[in-house]
Amino acid sequence: MARVAQGIKSLFLLEFIAAFWLSMRYFFKPKAPVNYPFEKGPLSPRFRGEHVLRRYPNGEERCIACKLCEAVCPAQAIVIEAGPRRNDGTRRTTRYDIDMTKCIYCGLCQEACPVEAIVEGPNFEYATETHEELLYDKQRLLDNGDRWEREIAKNIELDAPYR
Amino acid sequence: MVDYFWSTIWPWIIWTPILKTIQSLAFIVPLLILIAYIIYADRKIWAAVQLRRGPNVVGPWGLLQSFADMAKFLFKEPIIPSGSNKVLFLLAPLIAAFVTIAVWAVIPIGSGWPAAEGTSWVVANINVGILYVLAISSLEVYAIIIGGWASNSKYPFLSALRSAGQMISYEVSIGFVIVTVLLLVGSLNMTDIVLAQQTGLANWLGVPSLTILNWFWLPLFPMFIVFFISALAETNRPPFDLPEAESELVAGFMVEYSSSLYMLFMLGEYLAVTFMCAMITILFLGGWLPPADIAIFNWIPGIFWFMAKLWMVFFMFAMVKAFVPRYRYDQLMRLGWKVFLPLSLFMVVAVASVLHFFDLAP
Repeated sequence: MARVAQGIKSLFLLEFIAAFWLSMRYFFKPKAPVNYPFEKGPLSPRFRGEHVLRRYPNGEERCIACKLCEAVCPAQAIVIEAGPRRNDGTRRTTRYDIDMTKCIYCGLCQEACPVEAIVEGPNFEYATETHEELLYDKQRLLDNGDRWEREIAKNIELDAPYR
Repeated sequence: MVDYFWSTIWPWIIWTPILKTIQSLAFIVPLLILIAYIIYADRKIWAAVQLRRGPNVVGPWGLLQSFADMAKFLFKEPIIPSGSNKVLFLLAPLIAAFVTIAVWAVIPIGSGWPAAEGTSWVVANINVGILYVLAISSLEVYAIIIGGWASNSKYPFLSALRSAGQMISYEVSIGFVIVTVLLLVGSLNMTDIVLAQQTGLANWLGVPSLTILNWFWLPLFPMFIVFFISALAETNRPPFDLPEAESELVAGFMVEYSSSLYMLFMLGEYLAVTFMCAMITILFLGGWLPPADIAIFNWIPGIFWFMAKLWMVFFMFAMVKAFVPRYRYDQLMRLGWKVFLPLSLFMVVAVASVLHFFDLAP
């Protein structure tokens, strides 16, 4: 009996027709993916993207060359050289390099920083054509900081209650 | 003698080739543009069923995607394997594209103007159109075998053999299905096959204005389905795309091909798919005839109806690709030889008997 039922089913292509209607329902459903370059998904304030070096509102660099980030970096992607102590008793870096191809985006540098100088910003669209372009130096990181300051300040403010 | 040369032979040498070239170009260029959009539609429909967007960046709604792909293929470097037979390796994609374009010569795409009896828009209105189709489309398998063998690599070779076996198996039942249609028509001319569907079942049922019932899909309904499924298998479309199963194998007999050679193979494949849609349209869906005898429908040119039916059939091709799981090779062969062949053979006898004993044969 079951074989007869199966035979009738396959003779009249019943499963085929059912599958056709099912896929037609899917055909007219709204599409799942975000239309990426034109639309973007939401990002958490804690998102860890491209690194920046921030400045104080008066234009002074925040980084005091304490080298905590260099010490904590598990991928050893950060290299820092400190300059001589200045008249006000603080130091600044003469060299601050991040190898973005070594970085694992763990965010430990950001956690270690006592002055919120090195921060991973919300930017994740910085693909380049060559390896060398991803070896960031201090100037590049400071420029990033100037470009993303508004978003980063906002994200730090949003995340502050949970710290 | 001299007069005969100037009046008869001279025009035949000079004017006929020029005229035929212009005629062919006027057919092939729109055909290739149609193929570009068939490929685009294939990708879009497949994507829509899977809730994806499909190509949507090049041009508005991605309409220029196929042309961008073509430019990319053309500028890629063709890699020829060092162990391959270079002549045959280069010849195979040419055969694939040439044969599948050539077979379109006998496809009538619209009624003649003025709409006289037995005329149509067709490059070559020959009396053995179906025979030409069967002969030329059988050559397609050579492109696959030659391409697979000349690559001098075991995967393309095995895949070419499987592909050849598949195409030959289903050509048999396609042949018998065409024979049942020919029994109802009494002519091998493609234009006559379409015109024979102007009268039929609708007149008997007393609703002559519903000309959609006249077409052969209704009296030959099982054969319509058999032809559709065999067409899928014949053109290596999913669910019968075992030789080049995208999710399992690399590209079947095209593994060693790249750049414009690969493009020619893909062009041949989609030309064959579109050709099968056109064949279903002509054999079973009344070619360029309107679906109902209403004044508005009759005013619309036949080419519109032909294209509408072709796109409808292709939509089913694309939907089947999206929702039917792939057959196993032994299931494929069982379906071809143990189901479709006896069924179509029986239908040839049955249709012939009915036509003979009820004295209906044309």
